[in-house]
Formats: sequence, C-alpha cells, structure tokens
Amino acid sequence: MWDYTEKVKELFLNPKNVGEIENPDAVGEVGSIACGDALKLTLKIDKDGRIVDAKFKTFGCASAIASSSILTEMIIGKTIDEAAKITNKDIAEQLGGLPEQKMHCSVMGMEALEAAIKNYRGQKIEKMDAGEIVCKCFGVTDTRIRRVIQENNLQNVDQITNYTKAGGGCGSCRDKLEEILKEEIKKREEKGSLQISKPTSKRMTNIEKINKIQEVISKDIRPMLKQDGGDIELIDVDGNKVYVKFTGMCASCVSAAVTVKWVQDKLREFVSENLEVSIEE
Amino acid sequence: MERQEIEPCFVYLDNNATTKVHQEVLETMLPYFTKLFGNPSSMHTCGGVVAGQVKIARQNLATLLGAEPDEIFFTSGGTESDNIAIRGILETDSKKRHIITTRVEHPGVLSTTRWLQSKGYEVTYLEVDREGNLNIDSYIKAFREDTAVVSIMWANNETGVIFPVEELAEIANSKGVPFHTDAVQAVGKIPINLSKTKISLLSLSGHKLHGPKGIGALYIRKGTRISPITFGGHQEKGFRPGTENVPGIIGLGKAAEIAMKNISDENTRVKELRDMLENTLLRTIPRTQVNGNREKRLPNTSNMSFEFVEGEAILLRMNELRIAASSGSACTSGSLEPSHVLRAMGIPFTMIHGSIRFSLSIYNTKEEIEYVIQKFPKIIADLREISPYWREQVKEANPALS
Repeated sequence: MWDYTEKVKELFLNPKNVGEIENPDAVGEVGSIACGDALKLTLKIDKDGRIVDAKFKTFGCASAIASSSILTEMIIGKTIDEAAKITNKDIAEQLGGLPEQKMHCSVMGMEALEAAIKNYRGQKIEKMDAGEIVCKCFGVTDTRIRRVIQENNLQNVDQITNYTKAGGGCGSCRDKLEEILKEEIKKREEKGSLQISKPTSKRMTNIEKINKIQEVISKDIRPMLKQDGGDIELIDVDGNKVYVKFTGMCASCVSAAVTVKWVQDKLREFVSENLEVSIEE
Repeated sequence: MERQEIEPCFVYLDNNATTKVHQEVLETMLPYFTKLFGNPSSMHTCGGVVAGQVKIARQNLATLLGAEPDEIFFTSGGTESDNIAIRGILETDSKKRHIITTRVEHPGVLSTTRWLQSKGYEVTYLEVDREGNLNIDSYIKAFREDTAVVSIMWANNETGVIFPVEELAEIANSKGVPFHTDAVQAVGKIPINLSKTKISLLSLSGHKLHGPKGIGALYIRKGTRISPITFGGHQEKGFRPGTENVPGIIGLGKAAEIAMKNISDENTRVKELRDMLENTLLRTIPRTQVNGNREKRLPNTSNMSFEFVEGEAILLRMNELRIAASSGSACTSGSLEPSHVLRAMGIPFTMIHGSIRFSLSIYNTKEEIEYVIQKFPKIIADLREISPYWREQVKEANPALS
C-alpha cells in the first residue's frame, strides 16, 4: 500500500470543489485515459483577474484526486498572476508530501493550472509544450522533462519517471533520459546551484542580504567552527561577493579552502544561490 | 452499523494474492518450532521423528496432485520452483536454446525467460485472444528443433482463465519437449491428477492454498532430465539444497490434505458466491465487463472492469469499507504500466485502468458477498462523478440526458 499522508487520504475520500463550472472563464485539461490519469480544471475569474471559483474532475488514483482537490483550494482567491507561480512542489508540500512514485500527480495539477491560465489569457495551448517527444508510451516531450528536472532538482532517471512518467512504459527511452539528465545537471552546475532546495529567488536589498548572512553565520556556521576552536568574521558584502575572515584555529588551517567552500554552500542554501565567498587577506 | 456482523475480519477477496492459514494447519506446524525442532537429516530420534513427518507431508501433497512422493521437491515457493524447472532443464542440453511460453505468465516465469534472453536464449511468447485463450495452432507452430522446454501456466492469477495444459503437455511430449506448468493458482482450486497427464514439471506455492508463506514445491516427473541450479547439501535430492523448512513442509502437507476435502466446496459454494457477486455487479453497474473466458475459469476468481474510473482509487475506497481486493491498474503496480495480462488480451486502456480482481476462498460467506454487492456500486458511482470522462460518455450513450 502507498504511504499516503493523512491529508492525501482525507482529500481523496472527501475531495473539495468537485465538478465543472458552467460557462467557465478558463479551462485546463491534461492527461488522457490511456495514460491512466487525466484532470479537467475549470475556473471562474472576476474582472480584476482574481480566481473566484475553481472546480475539477479527475480520472486517476488517490494522489491524483487529492492533488487536484488541494490545487483548487490553493488557487481560489488568488489572482491569475499569483496562481501562475504555483509549482508541483507547492502542491506536494500542501499535501504533506507525496510518495516519490506519485509525484507525477502533482505535476499534472501544475500543468492543468498552466493550461487554464493560457486558456484565460487567450494564448495558444501547445500540446503541453513544444519539443521533441522522448517517451512515446506517455507522450512526454524533452522540454517538459528538462523543466521538471530543473524545478525539482532531479538527480536520476528513476526520479524523472516518478515525476513525469517518462520511461515508465516500455523503457526504451531511458538512455535518452540519461542523456537529457546529464545535460541538465551540467547546466545546473554551471549555474552553481547544486543545492537540494532552492533558496528564495526574491530580490533582497543589500541590508536584508547582510542581515541574513549575519544570521546564518551566527546560527549555522559559527557554532560548527567553534567546535574546532575556530571562528569567522564577516568583513564585507559587495553585491554577491562576500568577504570573510577566519580566526583562531581556522586562520592557519590547511583546509581553509574547504571551509570556504562549505561556508559558501551554507550561505547559498539559506541566503542566495548567487553568493561567492572569499577570504579577506 | 451493519459492519458489526462480519467483524473482526475484513471481507477478504484477494485470495489469489495470498490466503489465510487454515487453523488446523497452524496447529499442526507449531510443535515443529519447539518440541520437534530436530534436523530431518540427523542420526538421532530428535531428527528421525521429524523426517518421518516430512515423509507424510510429502505423501499428502503427492496425493493432492496425483503424483508419487518421490516426484515432490519442496522449495521456498512458486517463483523458486519456476526457476529450478526452467533453468534446470536448460542446463541438461546446451544446444537447445529455444523456450516456448506465453505473454500472460506470472513474473516467476516471465522475468526468468527475459533474463535467459539476455543470455542468448530465444523465447516465443504465445499471444492470447480477447478472452485470454491460447491458440493451439500457433502453439504447435512454435516448436523448433532446438526447443528445450515449454512453460505455460495452468490458471492465470489475474483472470483465473484456465489453459488446457493436459492437451498442451501431450503435444509437447509428442515432440520430445518437457512441459512445465506454473500451477500456483490451480492447485487446491481445481482437481489435478498428474499421473494421467504428460506434464513433466509443476510449480506450486503453499500460501495460495491456506498453507504458510515461504514454502512451495516442484513436481518433477520421474525420468525428466533436469540438473540442479543451486548447490549445497543432499536435501531434496540436491535439487533444493539447504536444511528443510520443516514447519513449512508440515504446514503445506496439512494444507494439501485439507484442500482435498474442500475442493468440492470451492467448485460449488465458492463458485456460486463468485457468480452471484459478478452477475449482480454486471447488472447494477453500467459499462462494466468481465475480463477473461467465463467458462474455462477458476471457480474463485472474477476480474471485472469498471470503465472511466481508476483501480487504485476503487481499491482505497473499498479499503475504507474494509473490503480487500486488487487491481490491474498502472497506479497499483508500482511501475507505470498496467497489467501485462489484460494488455496481452487487448483490453482497452479505459477498461484496464478500472479493473478489479475479486478472488474468493472457502472462508467467504454469503453475508460478506451481500455486503459487497450492497456497498460496491456506490464506490463506482462516486468516482465516476469525479471522472472527467463519465458525463460525456453517458451523454453520448443517452442523448436525452444532454
């Protein structure tokens, strides 16, 4: 049996906002009966672009129904622009998590929402997204696979299958998936964002940034260094460049370079992924 | 609360997955964990007593199959038996590189043949028709000079469809090819008399006939050329080396003895309950079908499809009502692929994803089936209410509604 959270079970047994809105302002449909799951989302949107009602119909398993239900709750009351920022991760988080093999249900929710928003804005709904079909069994394109890899920081081919279903049929595209994954991981490394969880990408003022760096140093970094008899001092922050100074044992430590990398990782994780940390001589 | 009447048990309709150990089986086994713990190979009474009881268990199982006791080899279960049978035959002649099987076998056979393909063997996977039947002509045509072994199941675990293995074994025998059958689902449910057939090897599993898990057997007809595939002690004449699972063997022997007595109940009362369930659901739920040949079928199994709803969702709703069954839908399989059996039969996806397998046992009562009949239609109706395909389909079928 799948290890579903209480939230998933509750929404599966008592889904909210089931149905179809008459004369909807936006419709988003994804999936197919052959694929094993499908979602039809209908929205009522007021003149200010706010979603006033949302209803769904889903063909699929418990997690697909729960994902659809939570999605409608998440978007009612939001403006279209706000709703457009919702990702599959947000949907999964609101459910208290989904078994990894079921993450594709949250992706289906996000895609239905995107399709509905495009429909509202009068944009052409491409068949999910342009691109080359990689997985013929489930009709998954490379564009979609690349996007899900980046948004969810995927690390292996099994995860791609869990999140997009690609490779879950005959399996003949798994070599291609491996190739795509390698390219995307390379892109990710070039961007210098290897962390598992992405920090908030919201733009910070310099004061906010310095305060946040100070906070992370005192809460997460300094206690660790002190265990080895060392300490750290923040010297300056110039844009994304962070200058620090090691004192105590760390000052003469041969592994200072390693320590700097570790400090940088911590700051990238908790403050901003673009930070570059160097030692003030 | 009508559930009270049938508490504390689930309405358990998943007996092709596993069965409850018969109380008498359990009681027979228990002394073999403590008082009668001896090793049957030992030279003292402590072990000798046990060896005597293992012999009786072997005899009981042989009787159920219409075989000789020295044709019975205890294993850990169906999958191990399948492996020993197929790979053991291949070991005897390195020039024979071809295997005949079907697309609808259990993974115990299918995963083995796929692995053998990677080792250079060639495998013919026979097709089945829409009702799950084999075509005898295609079967005959599949034989080659270098065919080493045929492996075809007796009864299908998902649909219950029975293959004419006696006839198929005759044909294989006439061509000098040993015939193996995975009879895990058939043993204990339908009468079997191996002495009247040309079947060379047969796999069975204890936990499908109210015996314990972790014990099974392989029948090897006398005179069959086969080599062991694992090595160790002399137990089971070297075909299954390692100290015997004595409590398991004792349990399986007892389960076989009880199955002999219950086989008529299985084919009358249990069959009637199955038919009552199936016919009522077909009548009360629109766009529903039975998958598989309804005549040539195990008496306990019904595989039904409910269009436009998904199997996992059905199962979890059933679970809320404490009814247990299983499904061929993709979501329940762990992979993303729906049932290979229903796909081989050419059942459309709309039906496969909403397939439910009910498998009964002698423990099911009329009250339980009535409870299911009363509760189940609402589950399908509720899920169809959520399904985006349902309303359109209803309108198409009945324009007056639109």
